[in-house]
Amino acid sequence: MGSGTGLGRVRGLGSTKSGSHHWWLQRVTALGNIILVLWFLFSLLRLPNLDHKTVVTWLASPLSAVLMSLLVINVCWHFRLGLQVVIEDYVHGGMRVVTLGLLHLWTFGAGAFALFAILKIAFAGTPA
Amino acid sequence: MAVSILNRAMGVGLATVGMVCLVWWLVAAASGPEAYGVFMGWAKHWIGYVFAIGLTFTFFFHLCAGLRHFVMDVGAGFELKTNRLWAWATLIAPVLLTGATWLLIFWKGL
Repeated sequence: MGSGTGLGRVRGLGSTKSGSHHWWLQRVTALGNIILVLWFLFSLLRLPNLDHKTVVTWLASPLSAVLMSLLVINVCWHFRLGLQVVIEDYVHGGMRVVTLGLLHLWTFGAGAFALFAILKIAFAGTPA
Repeated sequence: MAVSILNRAMGVGLATVGMVCLVWWLVAAASGPEAYGVFMGWAKHWIGYVFAIGLTFTFFFHLCAGLRHFVMDVGAGFELKTNRLWAWATLIAPVLLTGATWLLIFWKGL
């Protein structure tokens, strides 16, 4: 290292940092989302109505609560990766740092609220 | 090209508007019947339908365009004719899927 041409120094090292891992996780979470969001859509369509009692009873079952939690985690992960790329492509300079920070805040903030709501319904139920 | 950029915009829409709706729905359900009633009041308003149908279409579009990218990721379908065909399919399939979903919703009276 440190001698020769620029090309010579980087040849054989693969892509820099974690680009391919980022790309791969985007695909893995995409596949997860197809399964989980379609399950969510079909589950809602199978309910007799969308009243509070019906929805809470459905969401409180272990299967729904776990799959719904996985959905929230997977969706947040997927859009965290995806929007990062969009921001890196279109936003420049200081604004890029700000928007990436906001994206981080939004991912974890929204995800935390959603997960807490699911777990509260699953563990404690709601006042009747 | 256009489909690819649209797909990005749709992804941004789902991550922001879609996520707000999902979190609101879940937190309202966890907060009790009153908060849930407020959510459903908006959901049954015509504005709610615009958002719900819009998000359904956006989801299906993102799904179809994503599947198209899966195929292109393995290096297939880059011939001009094939590529154009699938780009069009990516535009039409979500319309049909959204239509089918909402017909079912109205038919069931959800």
